[in-house]
Amino acid sequence: MPEQLFQFLVTGITVGSLYALVGLGFALIYNASDVVNFAQGEFVMLGAMTAIGLLAAGWPLVLAAMAATLLTVLVGLLLERFAIEPAWGASVVATIIITIGAAIFLRGVALLLWGKDFHAMPPFSGDAPIHLGSATLLPQSLWVLGGAVVLVTLVHLFLNRTLVGKALLACSFNRAAAQLVGINVKVMLRLAYGLSAGLGAVAGILIAPITFSSYEAGIMLGLKGFSAAIVGGIGNPMGAVAGGLILGVLEALGAGLISSGYKDAIAFLFVLMVLFFEPTGLFGHKVAERV
Amino acid sequence: MLTGFWKTLLATAILLASLNTAYAVDPIKIGAVLTVTGPASFLGDPELKTLQMLTANLNAKGGLNGRPLELIHYDTGGNAREAVNFVKRLIKKDNVDLLIGGTTSGDTLAVIPDVEKEGIPFISLAAAVEITEPTRKWVFKVAPTDRMAVARIFADMRQRGLTKIALITGDGGFDKSGHTQILKLAPEYGITLVADESYGNKDTDMTTPLTKIRATDAQAILNFGFGQAPAIVTKNIKQLGITLPLYHSHGVASKTFIDLAGDAAEGVRLPAAALVVAEQLPDSDPQKPALLAYKKQYEAQHGPVSTFGGHGYDSLMIAKAAIERAGSVDKAKVRDEIEKTQGFIGTAGVFNFSPEDHMGLGPDAFKMVEIRNGAWKIIE
Repeated sequence: MPEQLFQFLVTGITVGSLYALVGLGFALIYNASDVVNFAQGEFVMLGAMTAIGLLAAGWPLVLAAMAATLLTVLVGLLLERFAIEPAWGASVVATIIITIGAAIFLRGVALLLWGKDFHAMPPFSGDAPIHLGSATLLPQSLWVLGGAVVLVTLVHLFLNRTLVGKALLACSFNRAAAQLVGINVKVMLRLAYGLSAGLGAVAGILIAPITFSSYEAGIMLGLKGFSAAIVGGIGNPMGAVAGGLILGVLEALGAGLISSGYKDAIAFLFVLMVLFFEPTGLFGHKVAERV
Repeated sequence: MLTGFWKTLLATAILLASLNTAYAVDPIKIGAVLTVTGPASFLGDPELKTLQMLTANLNAKGGLNGRPLELIHYDTGGNAREAVNFVKRLIKKDNVDLLIGGTTSGDTLAVIPDVEKEGIPFISLAAAVEITEPTRKWVFKVAPTDRMAVARIFADMRQRGLTKIALITGDGGFDKSGHTQILKLAPEYGITLVADESYGNKDTDMTTPLTKIRATDAQAILNFGFGQAPAIVTKNIKQLGITLPLYHSHGVASKTFIDLAGDAAEGVRLPAAALVVAEQLPDSDPQKPALLAYKKQYEAQHGPVSTFGGHGYDSLMIAKAAIERAGSVDKAKVRDEIEKTQGFIGTAGVFNFSPEDHMGLGPDAFKMVEIRNGAWKIIE
């Protein structure tokens, strides 16, 4: 049993880091505009599908990954410019609904471009399993874990150490005040969409060798990433990563120790509990209500 | 007044003329209710493409009994209630002569009461055993059942002396229906299930249930599912260093599965329709020419064939033969002729219908195949 438990943990961390990577993208746009971007999963899918397509066309991995990321950033910018910006001043809920529409649109385009089939992406460094005692994990999982660490560090440094990053944060705290001190809110919003599209694309490319990809792969990944972001406290990139890891480990332990049929139920029960007792998430900002 | 008279006369003449032409080329109407969009679209989409392709083929050759063929189809999107509405519309408004469809078992089972009440020949493309058991007067089916697939797998396991099996299935309808048949058939074949694990079809990692399977004394693993999940199971098994023989269902008998699972798919066995391995059949196989002809035309127009498109082929060609033999589209006569179908060579196998058997396929419908060097290999 202990050696099984160890494998469950390894699996949980692998899956969790995957959720974390996707969850990270939610945090940025939320930070800039208080909007949950439901097209985030589609950014993940677009990155993966474009990279797979370019690889199949004979591009080297690094080039394909970079081109796919840039293309997804472009899609993110276009989405902001032609769907979000025209609805300037609309309520947060209306904007969220726009992102849902955008997600459906992007899925449709992907369906037309790549068909309904699942596509595989070759792992970056082979698929010979790495043995950790009695447990095994794939080299690609290390890429995902490493990618999560690097990306979250970069996002953290960007938001807290650079002027642009601080300006982005300022927009989320108080849009009017940010504008008054000379921050161009529209540019910040474009930046947020471009960056999270890029984050999503990188996440998609890193996880595609494990999960495969198809035009609708973004739905499930988006949902899990969103759960991770909520558990960790949406708007807190570190929280999203912690939330993802917690969810992944819980799923694996639930499936392993209780029943594989209840895996999702256990994870979502946990999400509900968090929302009941810590509505701002485990690592969220405590909101002080002014009376 | 006179102008009014002439107008009426003209109108009558036009009406008569159009009626006359309509009579001369009055088409035979085939109604189809398929799931072309939605989660089961990968089944219904090739079915529709096949039906359209074959209708065009037949019309190019002068139609059936000298009448052109008209395909009227509706997309249920996998919603059984829609399927019922469309079937009512096809029967009452479109006045079709024969019905094809029910891509999914759910759609098919939902429309059966209406089909039986109205009395119209109906050929289902879905797999569930319940569609033709008990035998219903107007209902036929062309897809092999999952029970046949399970029986084929168990027979192969017995042959290799594998009796302790670890089972792992997904949470979809296909998986669950297969699961039921597996539990039912296992004792008949003297097979004990030492594990019964499950996963979600959208999961990205199945190492947890597989770790539990690794701890049992299973001699082989059986994974009954379709989509990308079985490919992930296959990769995870390799990752965990499990070397037991692995069996899959007919649900993954497509090139996509081999592409997704890669090297990990080597040595995997599964039951597949002859269509998938058409090129490898011996030349003496009666199915071979028909399979290759269909495959060639379909792949030229739409890309890789699937078993499901093959069901579309079987249904329409059985209907065509029956209508030709009946010499009319009289519903009762066509029904009787479908029931008399003997030795019809289809993509799913050789069909022999009888008053007791409206499914018509024998146990040889599935070929056991193994994946070797990234390609299917038929195993005797």
